[in-house]
Amino acid sequence: MNTPQAAGGPDAGLIQLIDPDGRRTPHEEFDPWITDVDPAALGRLYTDMVAIRRIDQEGTALQRQGELALWPPLLGQEAAQIGAGRALEDDDFIFPSYRETGLAYCRGVEAEDILRVWRGNAYSGWNPFGKNMATPQIIIGAQTLHAAGYAMGIKYDGGSQAAITFFGDGATSQGDVNEAMVFAASYQAPVVFFCQNNHWAISEPVQLQSNTHIADRPVGFGIPSLRVDGNDVLACLAATRIALDRARTGNGPTFIEAVTYRMGPHTTADDPTRYRDANELDLWAAKDPIERIEKHLDGLGVDIAELEASATAVADAVAAKLRKAIIGLQDPDPMDVFENVYSQPHATLERQREHYALYQQQFADAGSATEGGAR
Amino acid sequence: MSTLTFGKALNAGLRQSMEADAKVVLMGEDIGQLGGVFRITDGLQKDFGQHRVIDTPLAESGIVGTAVGMAYRGFRPVVEIQFDGFVYPAFDQIVSQVAKLHFRTHGQVSMPLTIRIPFGGGIGSPEHHSESPEAYFAHTAGLRVVSPSTPQDAYVMLQQAIACDDPVVFFEPKRRYHERGEVDLDAGVTGPGLDRAVVRRAGTDVTLVAYGALVKTALDAATAAEDEGISVEVIDLRSLSPVDYATVESSVKRTGRLVVTHEAGQTLGLGAEIAASITERCFYHLEHAPVRVTGFDIPYPYSKLELHHVPDLDRILDGVDRAMDRPNSLSSLEG
Repeated sequence: MNTPQAAGGPDAGLIQLIDPDGRRTPHEEFDPWITDVDPAALGRLYTDMVAIRRIDQEGTALQRQGELALWPPLLGQEAAQIGAGRALEDDDFIFPSYRETGLAYCRGVEAEDILRVWRGNAYSGWNPFGKNMATPQIIIGAQTLHAAGYAMGIKYDGGSQAAITFFGDGATSQGDVNEAMVFAASYQAPVVFFCQNNHWAISEPVQLQSNTHIADRPVGFGIPSLRVDGNDVLACLAATRIALDRARTGNGPTFIEAVTYRMGPHTTADDPTRYRDANELDLWAAKDPIERIEKHLDGLGVDIAELEASATAVADAVAAKLRKAIIGLQDPDPMDVFENVYSQPHATLERQREHYALYQQQFADAGSATEGGAR
Repeated sequence: MSTLTFGKALNAGLRQSMEADAKVVLMGEDIGQLGGVFRITDGLQKDFGQHRVIDTPLAESGIVGTAVGMAYRGFRPVVEIQFDGFVYPAFDQIVSQVAKLHFRTHGQVSMPLTIRIPFGGGIGSPEHHSESPEAYFAHTAGLRVVSPSTPQDAYVMLQQAIACDDPVVFFEPKRRYHERGEVDLDAGVTGPGLDRAVVRRAGTDVTLVAYGALVKTALDAATAAEDEGISVEVIDLRSLSPVDYATVESSVKRTGRLVVTHEAGQTLGLGAEIAASITERCFYHLEHAPVRVTGFDIPYPYSKLELHHVPDLDRILDGVDRAMDRPNSLSSLEG
């Protein structure tokens, strides 16, 4: 009888290149993929992480001040998102969930275009074809099928790109994620499944989603997997490069489980003190993805004060521009509700549009004639 | 003109679309080597290859969800759902993704999917093989929903649906797959637009609206009514979203009476929406309240009972009698 591999503890099989104390561990399989990452390159990854942490904090602050309706923080998951994001080529296509601020940042999406969706001004802050990144997906796991299908398309039209999809530990319970693995494996589609196991799906711990390491599950679908320290940007970068290379060289899908932790609430509407232990938070705070890079670079003799100052300057500039842009946003036009439901006119909806325009018009007419309402 | 079965007309329409546009791909269960359980895709994999006629795993959400990804990549997928009752696992992908992506992306991503669904009963099938789920989809903004009733429409409307940049749920009346009709294979995509109803039979006393398999039943009922001196105008709706109200309204303003028939259950069905909309538009022209002749609000029954559920010629005629204020099955209830 085959038995699940839950034994061995949470760190079993976890690939880590830089530990929480900043110590670099050699790794035979991963090291060849990051020979180009010198201290300067690591400093750039560090700066990216500092910048997205700042965007994230700004998101929470703007929500608290009533400028956003909601915000899903990524605090703690910076290494997973920057490591994966900086492994991608520009023409690889990303199918994200709703927490992938770091991926959007890597794709050059302006921070205000990420946040205005959460103000309720739009459903999409960017053109998916302009950034090769789909818009945030809120239905849990639905985007994994889109990535598998996109990758099937790459295979059929002879493209050289890869598709990559991001989702959480909770999503792995969804039928769509499991079906996506079936399709990806059957057609050997060039797709990377990147699971950020952040340990919590709102209030539900990962143990409720999976009785074994998540990385063990894709193997049953015939998809090789990597289980990496999701708070180690170098490990995430290497793992994603390995997976992308497999996709591009005709070796089909790969699954990456990046073991990380959601340091904040699920969204600003959530209260994690109701369901999780403060000790657990302390445990993970000690594994912070940004601090370990500081320690590591410090050990290499890099001037950390200077690096920190330059990263903070980048983050400050992004945050100031973001805040100004969000607060200055105008509400959309009411008649926009009728736009883009269909690509060609739909008679029933056109009639509703005409009637609502007439309804709106009476207020405009009344407003110009009297001070009062419509009647 | 050629004489083709409804099923062969669909096959010819698919072939035309695939020849016209290399981005058209077919996806579904058993559609390749087998040619589909109803043989609608017969011979297409042999002629176009496995990359264009794709046998998929048995996962409806997976079929539609990967088709969404294919559309992102620039393909124009035509998805076959094997039977009406098998569409529900794909419901989330259809309603939350296919229908909404154009709106969600402010028009930047199109979803030119065609989702073919054989629908309706009357063929003696087991459970889940005879349903009429069209109202779920007609209720969903962002989808177009159509149903052809003749081989000619099957041939043309399928090509129109595939060419349409909006997602189209294409309901095929499986009970009519083997019925024959004239198809003009050489005329190309001609005739009414995909969103238009057509008057199949002109009449003056009552307007009878049907779609899919029941159009033929409605025409037979109109012929029978003629023997009783009632002139029935039969409208084939063809498009269920949007409904071509202009055509129905024009007819009802002449006849003053409306009967709508469908196999789907009555509550919140197409008949309810058409009755309400036509009442709003034609209130002072109506001589009688709109009448619905529909399936009951029951799970589709086992096949020995199905002909009690699916409206037939006599039940439609009974509805026509109600609309005409003639003696009918409910006369005893009227005071």
